[in-house]
Amino acid sequence: MRADRRWSLVARYALLVLLAALVLFPIYITVVNSLLTPARMGNRPPALAPSNPQWHNYSAAWSDGHLGRYLANSFIVSISITVGQVITAILAAYAFAFLRFPLRGLLFVVFLATLMIPGEVTFFTNVDTIRSLGWYDSYAALIVPFLATGFGAFLLRQSFLTVPPDLRDAAALDGYGHWRFMAKVVVPLARPAIGAMSLFAFLGAWNQYLWPLVATKDERLRTVQIGLKSLATSQVDKIPVTYAGTVLAFVPIAILLLLFSKQLVRGLMAGAVKG
Amino acid sequence: MRRRKERQPYRLRETGLAYLMLLPAMVVFGVFVFYPFAKNFQLPFFSQPPKFGAISRPARYVGWKQWSDVLQSNDFRNTLLVTLKFTLITVPVGIALGLLLAVAAHQKLRGITVFRTIFSSTVATSIAVASVIFFSLTNPIVGFWQLRIGHGGITESPTWALPAICVVTVWQSLGLSFIVMSAGLQSIPDDLLEAARVDGAGAFSVFRNVTFPLLTPTLFFAFVVGSISSFQAFAQVDLLTQGGPLDHTRTLAYSIYKTSIEAGGPSDENKAAVFAIGLFVVVLILTVLQLRLERRVNYAR
Repeated sequence: MRADRRWSLVARYALLVLLAALVLFPIYITVVNSLLTPARMGNRPPALAPSNPQWHNYSAAWSDGHLGRYLANSFIVSISITVGQVITAILAAYAFAFLRFPLRGLLFVVFLATLMIPGEVTFFTNVDTIRSLGWYDSYAALIVPFLATGFGAFLLRQSFLTVPPDLRDAAALDGYGHWRFMAKVVVPLARPAIGAMSLFAFLGAWNQYLWPLVATKDERLRTVQIGLKSLATSQVDKIPVTYAGTVLAFVPIAILLLLFSKQLVRGLMAGAVKG
Repeated sequence: MRRRKERQPYRLRETGLAYLMLLPAMVVFGVFVFYPFAKNFQLPFFSQPPKFGAISRPARYVGWKQWSDVLQSNDFRNTLLVTLKFTLITVPVGIALGLLLAVAAHQKLRGITVFRTIFSSTVATSIAVASVIFFSLTNPIVGFWQLRIGHGGITESPTWALPAICVVTVWQSLGLSFIVMSAGLQSIPDDLLEAARVDGAGAFSVFRNVTFPLLTPTLFFAFVVGSISSFQAFAQVDLLTQGGPLDHTRTLAYSIYKTSIEAGGPSDENKAAVFAIGLFVVVLILTVLQLRLERRVNYAR
């Protein structure tokens, strides 16, 4: 019986290790290849570990491959979008949760309706708009169209609605106006939801591909996703550099998600559970 | 700030404050979501004559003709078919693999968090990162696998280009699928599973008769969200195949891009708008479907 259990334990770990290896394999080989010489790459059998790590591939990707520039652009754009979305979503969610005004129900539906209109449906007209505003090839083009979010407003409204009515009454007795109530009571209480929303805003902005592709053509404004494209289409003898660039593009988000995995799951589930 | 009963008259100050708070978001939505969306319904009625250098001539009204031309075109039919195939492969396979990982990780073992982290790791990749990894790994000359079909790589084969795009997509979305399926599994009360086991049900029987039915809402959710994102697939096509070979991987989103603003080529937003409305209709149907099913699932409980 005891031996039986031990074997079942071994089998379970074996299965987990096998699955983990399968999931991680492409990433692992990418890291290995990022450390090879171009000559070693085409050779058979393929390398399963770097024998003579070529760390300079990373500096080549960073400077010659402009990865440093691309990453900086991605951070600037993603952080701006995140901050902007958090502000507009807090304001909108506060109005929907705590204020009474005509057309409130209709306007909330309008906010939700934006979730059903994907960017793939609107981008070409938006490029015309950006051009006529004189924003083509600028940070404004990459940031401004994404400063509001129906998802964020929805998520925060749900969270704001759980603020106990007693707190509102107490705050009113203390002479708090709406702005102070929002800043001192509502926002601190809703921190978990705001955290989840921020993470999603950041990831969404970081992973954007279509819009940065069509709204900019200046290499200096390229985000890392589009930058990878230029890197990948470069010469064959630079392929280790492409791998190094891919790793550099992947690592910041991996770190971010390790730090905030709780927020990620919470945000995902908020989407799954109907409001 | 006090709770009020309904039917009280609105207060002017409160109303003003509310509209002020909604204004920033409404401006962004108005300019970058609703205006271009509404314009899609007007664009197909007009036709833009080709430009001659810097001189652009005014658009001409063509009525419903352009709608029917586009909807009956081979291009439209092909792109719908490709996107449908792509969706019908990536969504079920993605869900099944995510569920497999979730079931494997749904046990109390020492070090299980390490495996959970690894299984969800592909959420840190973007579809562009995944595409570049795939592109480099299967490169026919210097890749790890050196997949060669005919004279070129896998993405140049009319037969294998779409499956290749599917593999990239499934791998990239695996982490997300795992997280969603895990959360679904965790929402199933342990005592229910325990009761089934006490009644003598084997592991497979418990899964089939207890776990799986209780997981239906999660599966619906994953199916709808997965389908919507499949219909928006763009980056993997742009990076790996550019819609080729012979339009075999020309997805709906890629068609909209090609038709509307292909760099250096003929751009025709009037035509692209019809494709865009097609994409919107698909998203609309899927969303309505989800709302319907969700309601039914809740009633059934």
